[in-house]
Amino acid sequence: MWEVFIQTKKGLPFKHFGSVHAFDKEMAIQNARDLYTRRGEGKGMWVVPADAIVAVDPNNDASFFEPADDKIYRHPTFYELPDGTKNM
Amino acid sequence: MGARTRRIKDMGAEELDVLFQERIDANDKIEPRDSMPEEYRKHLIRQMSQHAHSEVIGMQPEGNWITRAPSLRAKKILLAKVQDEAGHGLYLYSATETLGISREELIEKLHQGKAKYASIFNYPALTWADMGAIGWLVDGAAITNQVSLQRTSYGPYARAMVKICKEESFHQRQGYEIMTSMANGTAEQKEMAQDALNRFWWPSLMMFGPHDSDSPRTGNAMKWKIKREFNDVLRKRFIDKTVSQAELIGLTIPDKDLKWNEENNSYDFGQIDWDEFWSVVKGGGPCNVKRLKHHKKAHKEGEWVRKAAAAYAQKHSSK
Repeated sequence: MWEVFIQTKKGLPFKHFGSVHAFDKEMAIQNARDLYTRRGEGKGMWVVPADAIVAVDPNNDASFFEPADDKIYRHPTFYELPDGTKNM
Repeated sequence: MGARTRRIKDMGAEELDVLFQERIDANDKIEPRDSMPEEYRKHLIRQMSQHAHSEVIGMQPEGNWITRAPSLRAKKILLAKVQDEAGHGLYLYSATETLGISREELIEKLHQGKAKYASIFNYPALTWADMGAIGWLVDGAAITNQVSLQRTSYGPYARAMVKICKEESFHQRQGYEIMTSMANGTAEQKEMAQDALNRFWWPSLMMFGPHDSDSPRTGNAMKWKIKREFNDVLRKRFIDKTVSQAELIGLTIPDKDLKWNEENNSYDFGQIDWDEFWSVVKGGGPCNVKRLKHHKKAHKEGEWVRKAAAAYAQKHSSK
């Protein structure tokens, strides 16, 4: 099983489209082309063996992303600017 | 959802169900690795695999006409459409597999008759006009249902639906174009178009499934937002938009009770023959045996290709 990522326009990020079955990488990329880009959806394509993807398990670690919540000073809206500040 | 101090793996089933329903109620999309009730997973596997099998079995009545298409243009279009149906089947199999079931198991269940597919494909495609009727009505009904499913709660299913809906509108238009040209053709051609409409109209309405009051699984499906709208609502929507399309090309919907209802701003229509529906679901349709037999045959005949590809990959990876 291979996961398929497609770039729909040059310059845009690659996006997950789905998966295909294939025995090797050539077959994976052929199958992915036939399956996911029949109407010119693709300018670029990655196929990745599904078991090579490492993912966060939301079941066991819902708090994984929480450290970001208490660092609000990372957001520009945290800062107070004097009235009349422009172009910032 | 704020800071959660307890890990999901420490929660009991009941607590998990409550949490799950909260996510559904908040219109969260559920993703493959998320915790979900076993019944939700089962319901999805059943519905999505049925949907996938329908796309694949649906290639048969149309594939049957590829060699007999009346022009090269028509043949190319039909080939592209049948290829799309194969693609839709694969999008859906791929989405179903994210629930932890293998493609082999899904096919096995189809072959054992444990998994179903849309009953409409158990009707034969007798004439070229049927290619028109299938695209216009069968794909039209499917679109009505699938547009609604774009908002289904399971992420991979919803995303597959978005992609499928984009492609289906070509299917419906090519079917309507066939119907239009036949309806505007010779008297004999028009008669064929009308005959195709007569045969496919009622089975198309049955595609939306039984009345919601007779559909035992509707409750859970709505609660979990797998289904977003009732069968009867979708069926009515399809009728309302299709009647004028038939009128425009001079064809008559085969329902003497069909009447515009000013008050409801919608059509009233006749009784669906539910005995026929259940009989076809249970295997008594004109082509049930043939469709499944053909699928098994094609699957078996493809076995050497799968084996050869596996052997080739094995050989190259060991070098």
